[in-house]
Amino acid sequence: MALAATLRVFPAGAFGSRRAVHMLERNALIYRKGWYFLVSGFFEPFFYLLSLGIGLNHLIGTVHVAHTAVTYAAFVAPGMLATSAMNGSMLDATFNTFFRLRVDHTYDSVMATPLSVEDIALGELSWCLTRGSLYSVSFLVCMWALGDTQSAWAILCLPIAILTSLAFASAGMAACTFLRSWQDFDLVMLALLPMFLFSATFFPIDQYPGWLQLVVRATPLYQGVALARGCNLGVFNWAMAGHVGYLVVMSFAGIVMTSRRFRKLLTP
Amino acid sequence: MSLVAARGLVKRFGDFTAVDGIDFEIYRGESFGFLGPNGAGKTSTMKMVSCISPPTAGTLTVLGQDPKTKGPQIRARLGLVPQEDSLELELSAMDNLIMYGRYFDLPRAEIKRRATELLEFTQLSERANEKADNFSGGMKRRLTIARSLISDPDLLILDEPTTGLDPQARHLVWERLYRLKSEGVTLVITTHYMDEAEQLCDRLVVMDRGKIVAEGAPQALIQQHSTREVLELRFGMNGHSPRADAVADLADRVEELPDRLLLYVGDGDEALAAVHARGLAPQSALVRRSTLEDVFLRLTGRTLVD
Ligand SMILES: Nc1ncnc2c1ncn2[C@@H]1O[C@H](COP(=O)(O)OP(=O)(O)O)[C@@H](O)[C@H]1O
Ligand SMILES: [Mg+2]
Repeated sequence: MALAATLRVFPAGAFGSRRAVHMLERNALIYRKGWYFLVSGFFEPFFYLLSLGIGLNHLIGTVHVAHTAVTYAAFVAPGMLATSAMNGSMLDATFNTFFRLRVDHTYDSVMATPLSVEDIALGELSWCLTRGSLYSVSFLVCMWALGDTQSAWAILCLPIAILTSLAFASAGMAACTFLRSWQDFDLVMLALLPMFLFSATFFPIDQYPGWLQLVVRATPLYQGVALARGCNLGVFNWAMAGHVGYLVVMSFAGIVMTSRRFRKLLTP
Repeated sequence: MSLVAARGLVKRFGDFTAVDGIDFEIYRGESFGFLGPNGAGKTSTMKMVSCISPPTAGTLTVLGQDPKTKGPQIRARLGLVPQEDSLELELSAMDNLIMYGRYFDLPRAEIKRRATELLEFTQLSERANEKADNFSGGMKRRLTIARSLISDPDLLILDEPTTGLDPQARHLVWERLYRLKSEGVTLVITTHYMDEAEQLCDRLVVMDRGKIVAEGAPQALIQQHSTREVLELRFGMNGHSPRADAVADLADRVEELPDRLLLYVGDGDEALAAVHARGLAPQSALVRRSTLEDVFLRLTGRTLVD
């Protein structure tokens, strides 16, 4: 719901109406039977963090970030938080949206009701974000419980994770309207995997050669990782405003594009 | 007052013109049909009337409002049964109705009450809690009709309500639609079945290739464009052509189809006697009343279902 409020700052109607909430109701009704998927999402980060903490802390020891020595788990955890926000919302926004758009024709039946294309887009994005936020909260709680949070500022990792989710969900939803078949999803994976591996999630960015650093700094995931890591440590700089700006612009562009594409596909 | 008014309505997809400047008006309480073969432009027209697809040109007023600016407000008062069922297959029949009612902002208690009634009306009460996925084609169609009625619409639009159903399932749907009609619900029905159009529609337009080729009450159209009776003759494998000439003077008009000859006459039995008197021995002969199919054939030179 926080997100619905966030989105309300945009001009009324242009990005959907109060009716968008019915898309959330619809998804809640559908997932009522599949609640264990939701629960498994809660446990996933716990296992990740636990295995990293136990295994890699011993192998790697400490890492230096912003002139502070932290355990490897504490270094990697905020990166994983941003990465899981990306993965979760991308999968939701692409696979599920594609299914409802092309296979199930769910949106076609909704179009015959008072909902508008913008309502559908806003409702679906809200659903992605609601789910994503729940996971991020559980991730953050696990981080704290395992001693990977470094300062009280770590609480800011939550809005950062939600913003990262929003940026990827809206861009992913826009992208998925261009996909024609399930095979095209390989393209989505092709975009996600390198980002996952090369976003300074697992190593400090200065470990990369100079040219690769430039590439990494340009990826959307890097923005989320850098923000989450800074917030976790409670170390802030002006570059972070740039990271936030990047994600906000990406979210905005994604929402506009999604609405446009939905209009083209659903109101032929 | 008319519920729907269209003037010069056009729908183009790229260079292709699916609906080519049609005019029609639908009045409260009537049951209005669009009869035409596949590709005539019926679905494109229904999507414009139901404020889903914007017209390319022309003017359209639905429930006295402009779909361009009042889409959601108009859709709130419409019920649509689309050509393809798009039910939530994972949900039960009851949940399908409840969810759909929520899209219309109806309170849950009110939806429940209406849903129970509608499941009764569409004879699905016993399967109310079963997944829609398990339903037969006819049951899915009835559930879609129930769904379209959940908002108590002022206008119910049915795009080919019985296409693909077996005869028994069709009759059940017809019977329910007839009930709605007698309760005064305004119905808009598209179909390529002439019997469906004749039975359900007070007034209809005949569509072909994006244009309206005739308009009127079914019986009036038949009277205007066809004779009272039709004599159908089949001559087996050896072709009709020589015989078409041989009987031409017995009828107002003779149509030659691949498998039979149609003689448009006032009195079919009399014409058949005359055929026999000429020593022609058709393999089989059938005398029937003229139908809308004959009207369509007359106006377009083609049959409704190919
Ligand atoms: N979205 C679309 N894009 C391109 N062509 C379309 C589209 N929808 C319908 N058509 C074409 O418009 C014509 C009329 O289609 P339709 O309105 O569905 O006819 P009907 O419902 O009478 O069978 C058909 O030739 C069809 O291929
Ligand atoms: Mg059609």
